[in-house]
Amino acid sequence: MSEQKVTYLEAIGQAIREEMRRDEAVFLLGEDVGSYGGAFKVSAGLMEEFGPERVIDTPMAEAAIIGSAVGAALMGMRPIAEMQFIDFITCGFDQIINMASKMYWRVGMPVPIVIRGPSGGGTKGGPFHSSSPEAWFFHTPGIKVVVPSTTYDAKGMLKAAIRDNNPVLYLEHKLLYRLPELREALPEDDYIVPLGKAIIRREGEDMTILTYGAMVHQCLRAAQVLEEDDDLEVEILDLRTLSPLDREAILASVKRTNKVLIVHEDTLTGGIGAELSAILAEELFEYLDGPITRVAAPDVPFPYAPPLEAAYLPNAEKILSAARKLAAY
Amino acid sequence: MSQLKQDDLLQIYQFMSLTRAMEERTRKLFLQGRVVGGVYTAQGHEATTVGAAMTLHDGDYLVPQHRDLGMHLVRGGSPRAVMCQWLARGNSPTLGRDGQMHIGDMYHGIVPMISMLGESLPVACGVALTMKMRKRSNVVLASCGDGATNTGPFHEAMNFAAVQKLPLVLVIENNGYAYSTPTTKQFAVKNLSERAQAYGMPGESVDGNDVLTVMKAVGKAIERARGGEGPSIIECKTFRVRGHSEADKADYVPEELRAEWLAKDPIKRFEEYLMNKGILTATKRTEIEAKVRATVDDAVRFAEQSPAPDEATVAEYVFAPDGPIAIIGEPGASDPRYVNALDTRIGQPFSTISKAEEAVGRR
Repeated sequence: MSEQKVTYLEAIGQAIREEMRRDEAVFLLGEDVGSYGGAFKVSAGLMEEFGPERVIDTPMAEAAIIGSAVGAALMGMRPIAEMQFIDFITCGFDQIINMASKMYWRVGMPVPIVIRGPSGGGTKGGPFHSSSPEAWFFHTPGIKVVVPSTTYDAKGMLKAAIRDNNPVLYLEHKLLYRLPELREALPEDDYIVPLGKAIIRREGEDMTILTYGAMVHQCLRAAQVLEEDDDLEVEILDLRTLSPLDREAILASVKRTNKVLIVHEDTLTGGIGAELSAILAEELFEYLDGPITRVAAPDVPFPYAPPLEAAYLPNAEKILSAARKLAAY
Repeated sequence: MSQLKQDDLLQIYQFMSLTRAMEERTRKLFLQGRVVGGVYTAQGHEATTVGAAMTLHDGDYLVPQHRDLGMHLVRGGSPRAVMCQWLARGNSPTLGRDGQMHIGDMYHGIVPMISMLGESLPVACGVALTMKMRKRSNVVLASCGDGATNTGPFHEAMNFAAVQKLPLVLVIENNGYAYSTPTTKQFAVKNLSERAQAYGMPGESVDGNDVLTVMKAVGKAIERARGGEGPSIIECKTFRVRGHSEADKADYVPEELRAEWLAKDPIKRFEEYLMNKGILTATKRTEIEAKVRATVDDAVRFAEQSPAPDEATVAEYVFAPDGPIAIIGEPGASDPRYVNALDTRIGQPFSTISKAEEAVGRR
């Protein structure tokens, strides 16, 4: 274990650096990722080490960024395409949905690309710098979707994503980038966190909370209060990978606790929670002792003004209130 | 084109004839109800597609579109595979998952297209970027129609290619119409090669129905790209003498305009040229016709005898398996331990169909 604690953001930078050192097929391209080191400085220092041919500053052109990544990946390269803010992924949507995701299925050629970028709100970013776009891609066959919530996972899952032979959408939460309480000493040796595996962040018998990304930390805060004030032991399952889902872990936990609360930052309708609800209703109908309950953002675009943003985002208080209602069954 | 030998010229003629014959047969199969989906052909494009692809060398890459059967055939695409694709057979290159000319794999140097025209061009940049990063002397030939030049990806790709000085040549096949929309409703420039100026690259417009002219212009751009001087655009002016698809009667095309272009038929023109030069004789022409017919017959027979896809596999092939990936075209890359050395969906080399037949193309 390294002595030095690193941030979630530094862990992402470390993962890219170490993978580029390990494998010359790995390279990074995106807007301002080179000389400037990225809008959030994720790639600071990478161009100095690897040169402008492997850390490529691109024009402002998401279809060119993602499409070029697809072309290079077809050749056997392992490009990492950065979206400066994940909101801008819509500008390269077709390259993901119709080009990358269908390629192996259509012609048998793997497309090992990682598309990554800062997602999520809480930074007063407004409607175009705060989005959680996972549901669009969760719905699309052929692309993996991962959402790390800790510094350890941020590094290990990015390494796993880079080594994966499929398109992987890696959603890093910008609110976690420099959060002091997420600073962690990471193993000095190479490690990965396998994709497709959820993890129990807190064990409990009274209720399962299914969540991912930054909401994991809001759920942990709520669970602490529920333990202290309500004598409730809540289990928190951090999904980590949304596609493919770890169905086994989800079903095992809810079978044990018989109550389930689903929490995500994205909007409610057609969100990840909708699919989780359907799976649970289909598979565990006889195990449930209360209604499958969801806490999510309301079905409106992400607002800018601080009181609106606060009202919009799910948080520990909203989770607490929903959990108490569910526990009463 | 004095450096072209007689045999080369006859081969070009044969590829053009084969392209036309394959499409005529495909159309017939469609009218007989044996092709279930849409059929898009390219009568009139043969000089552009065959001529452009003839300029490539081993290890070069092709990024074709839906009217580029001629390019596929020149680069070794298999007529059997094409017919299996049209007839949605289980052994088609897409295993029946996709239709039309949406075929290709990187081992045969062909990027498979999607229906969203223009979207292949950013992908072409990625292939060219790999050539540049890996310091190879190979180039990428991409194509698109007049319609696709109006898309965002066209602009993003051409601009990125120019900024990165990528070894890429774009052939624009301007055939007068994007489905029913004439060029006058698509863009205000006279020549689509003028768009090249905006990206700081050379652009040239040529007669797309004259195969030797196409070869000369594209060949020059290809060698420029190969020499590290960056991308170019060549607009080949041709005409879509049939509908957008076989479901389209194209009655929006003025009769006299169609007649004018039919008179400029690229195969007839090249045939006359070869006859006048004494390179093609009546006997030789009959011989080529027979060879072409036999190839098409064989392809159709093979496809019709091929099995339909197994419906039990409908939920398969979404994700590629784990394992090492090779950088294609580099030493040892075809070692079967690499996930991209084989079609891992079926555990066999890519395009086994072409290996099973006498190759009519040249690589």
